[in-house]
Amino acid sequence: SSKRSEGARFVRMPKADGDAKLLIQSLNKAYAATPTNLKIIDLYVFFAMVTALVQVGYMGVVGSFPFNSFLSGVLSCIGTAVLAVCLRIQVNKDNKEFKDLPPERAFADFVLCNLVLHLVIINFLG
Amino acid sequence: AFGGVLCAFTLILIGVLAFSIRLFSVIKYESVIHEFDPYFNFRVTQFLSKNGIYEFWNWFDDRTWYPLGRVIGGTVYPGLTLTAGSIWWFVNALNIPLSVETVCVFTAPIFSAIASWATYLLTKEAKGTGAGLMAAAILAMVPSYISRSVAGSYDNEAVAIFALVFTFYLYVKTLNTGSLFYATLNALSYFYMVCSWGGYTFIINLIPMHVLLCIVTGRYSSRLYIAYAPLVILGTLLAALVPVVGFNAVLTSEHFASFLVFIILHVVAFVYYIKGLLTPRLFKMAMTLVITVGLAVCFAVVAILVALVASSPTKGWSGRSLSLLDPTYASKYIPIIASVSEHQPPTWPSYFMDINVLAFLVPAGIISCFLPLSDASSFMVLYLVTAVYFSGVMVRLMLVLAPAACILSGIALSSAFDVLTRSMKFQLSKLFDDGPAISGNGSPNGSSASTVNTSSSKNEKTEKSEAAPKEKQSKKNRRKDKEVTESVSVKPKKEKRLSVLPLEASIVSTLLLIALGGFYVVHCVWAAAEAYSAPSIVLTSRSREGLHVFDDFREAYAWLSHNTDVDDKVASWWDYGYQTTAMANRTVIVDNNTWNNTHIATVGTAMSSPEKAAWEIFDSLDVKYVLVVFGGLVGYPSDDINKFLWMVRIGGGEFPHIKEPDYLRDGQYRVDAQATPTMLNCLMYKLCYYRFVETDGKGFDRVRGYEIGKKHFKLTHFEEVFTTHHWMVRIYKLKPQKNRIRGKLKKLKSVSLPAY
Repeated sequence: SSKRSEGARFVRMPKADGDAKLLIQSLNKAYAATPTNLKIIDLYVFFAMVTALVQVGYMGVVGSFPFNSFLSGVLSCIGTAVLAVCLRIQVNKDNKEFKDLPPERAFADFVLCNLVLHLVIINFLG
Repeated sequence: AFGGVLCAFTLILIGVLAFSIRLFSVIKYESVIHEFDPYFNFRVTQFLSKNGIYEFWNWFDDRTWYPLGRVIGGTVYPGLTLTAGSIWWFVNALNIPLSVETVCVFTAPIFSAIASWATYLLTKEAKGTGAGLMAAAILAMVPSYISRSVAGSYDNEAVAIFALVFTFYLYVKTLNTGSLFYATLNALSYFYMVCSWGGYTFIINLIPMHVLLCIVTGRYSSRLYIAYAPLVILGTLLAALVPVVGFNAVLTSEHFASFLVFIILHVVAFVYYIKGLLTPRLFKMAMTLVITVGLAVCFAVVAILVALVASSPTKGWSGRSLSLLDPTYASKYIPIIASVSEHQPPTWPSYFMDINVLAFLVPAGIISCFLPLSDASSFMVLYLVTAVYFSGVMVRLMLVLAPAACILSGIALSSAFDVLTRSMKFQLSKLFDDGPAISGNGSPNGSSASTVNTSSSKNEKTEKSEAAPKEKQSKKNRRKDKEVTESVSVKPKKEKRLSVLPLEASIVSTLLLIALGGFYVVHCVWAAAEAYSAPSIVLTSRSREGLHVFDDFREAYAWLSHNTDVDDKVASWWDYGYQTTAMANRTVIVDNNTWNNTHIATVGTAMSSPEKAAWEIFDSLDVKYVLVVFGGLVGYPSDDINKFLWMVRIGGGEFPHIKEPDYLRDGQYRVDAQATPTMLNCLMYKLCYYRFVETDGKGFDRVRGYEIGKKHFKLTHFEEVFTTHHWMVRIYKLKPQKNRIRGKLKKLKSVSLPAY
């Protein structure tokens, strides 16, 4: 707000405010430039993490009695988020290491890994 | 194509070699299960093959740790049993009638052949096919691995070493290719390792250490994320599936390193991502902001974690893991762990015995891994360094060192042969071409190079000698003097110098290295045949009359199974528990699982007490027979009298009236005339030496080397029922309580009788 009134003492603080705004703006701008398919994957990751947090909150409220159920629920969310991030890494065109990998193969690997993960989850759910 | 066929043929030969070098015990003795632990695994496999897998998962064993019993399904590592069980089922489904015992005896050699193939794959990922074949051949023969996987040694390590090497191979493959498919396979292989052996904690701590090393040395890449992050999640879930691990997979300190590195990896990945999005100036701003906030949060989390961990007395680690980190821990706090012979630290000669020539080749391999350093080779070096530390703590963990030593030696030998054969080829071609016709443009051996740089085991310094000047070489090439590469492509502008030795030196070095390999092979075959093939259940000795066989153990167990009731309980020291339940089929009080220290201490106290007190303890446990092992007549050194002090220590740890100094005369353990009265009156002495004086008239104990102290005595509460041919196993029966009370006690009792 006031660039003049604080005087000589707190020269840095208003600069930090403006800096933070500038930071967030540039982050938004750079992120908006990413392709749509990557944004969809990011949305999926975000959804999985929120679900995991909801489960942790629920556990905090009712206690962790069937601990295996809690563990399998939370780890399935985190697990599928991690796998989605791996898929994003492999599909991202800016990534030079994976330019020979066809995106269909990356997706097939993603599905396979998720299958194994959820098989284990169903077994462990109890 | 020819190279591929040759490679496959060599691998088949290596497999045959690994299998056949482990057959000495079957040829010299018979196809029998060895030692102690394999008998338990064999019994469990028998149960599995008879009753099926659901019964096995839910099995509660009431024939051991009487009266407590043992939940087998929840306390055994099922990998080995399930593997052998499925091999047996598959083979019988094909109508090949192999018995369970045969399958169990030969599981270990088969899996060691497969383990050497896995070593080939792992080393190929790091350094190429030549090094892979070399390492596989070395692993097939290394004595340390042979000692735990001869035919008949049906123990967890037989399949666990294969699982270990294979898991590492899949991890390195994922790291090199970045494929999620291999990451899935890696998690499944880790699951097999968790099923097989308690040593899986080594994997789940080594891989995070390597990830941390890569991050710290600036080698972070997205392949690292793909290699590690799915493994942590999937691996933890799969580990929690195995009943014996259960929730320990998330609650014990052994796994915390993996979670910590998981978080660190995510932070680093996020930082790199943001760095890619922003300009450098903005990135710097973001960093300062994040660091201040992040440090505060980190501090809070770490404080909570430390408080949680510090509240448990062992800081969350199990006893065995703590004794790995602090080698003196077990001897101070847990005598049971300290008393197991496998848990003692190794001596220096045992390094040479177990890995022989590899001890010299390993440092050369480490150097070879640094030229050039890749993710895979840094992993090898880290694996070796941690394995060397742990092998120094417990002799049993020399087994984990063996694959690492083999891989690095394979790399060293392969690099050495590479340089030497290249020198010979170059020198010979130069000799026959008769002139410096090197153009530097197409010759496969590269340009002038005469820098002498050997990576053999003898010489580690880089000597520079003057290169023959060539007009085409620009000054730019002088900068590449230090590079030693194995690539053979030579471009016109950029010439790579390859190292070349003089012809005589390379021929002599090659012959010397082959001789070194010859010494190694001779030693391995000798170790396999003489040192590691003894089944311990059958002993032999050579005398003038020929070979003498001591089959006393099986004689005693057979007597027990034929002459006692099915429900009779047998008490002995915990060493013989597994064998008694498997071969004699009788209920025992304590066995090799050693999970209940108090129960073992009870048996130890009984063995250390006088006859009446011991009778009372055994009677309270419903024991009918007591079994002791005695080697004094034939000179068998691992008998119960030599182990007796451990019984006193463990018993004294729980029951303070047993004091070790009572059994020692001037700090020395003696059983001759100088022994203390407590020692001469205790049950173990009496049961071992009862009627011993009748053998030679003097009672001379061949193991201790002197005559015993108390020679003529009678047993009041026990009666001898069986002694084997060489007096090695002696079985006693508890005398029942007397029906009538005689003498002094009768007068006291008659006072209280009603008068008619």
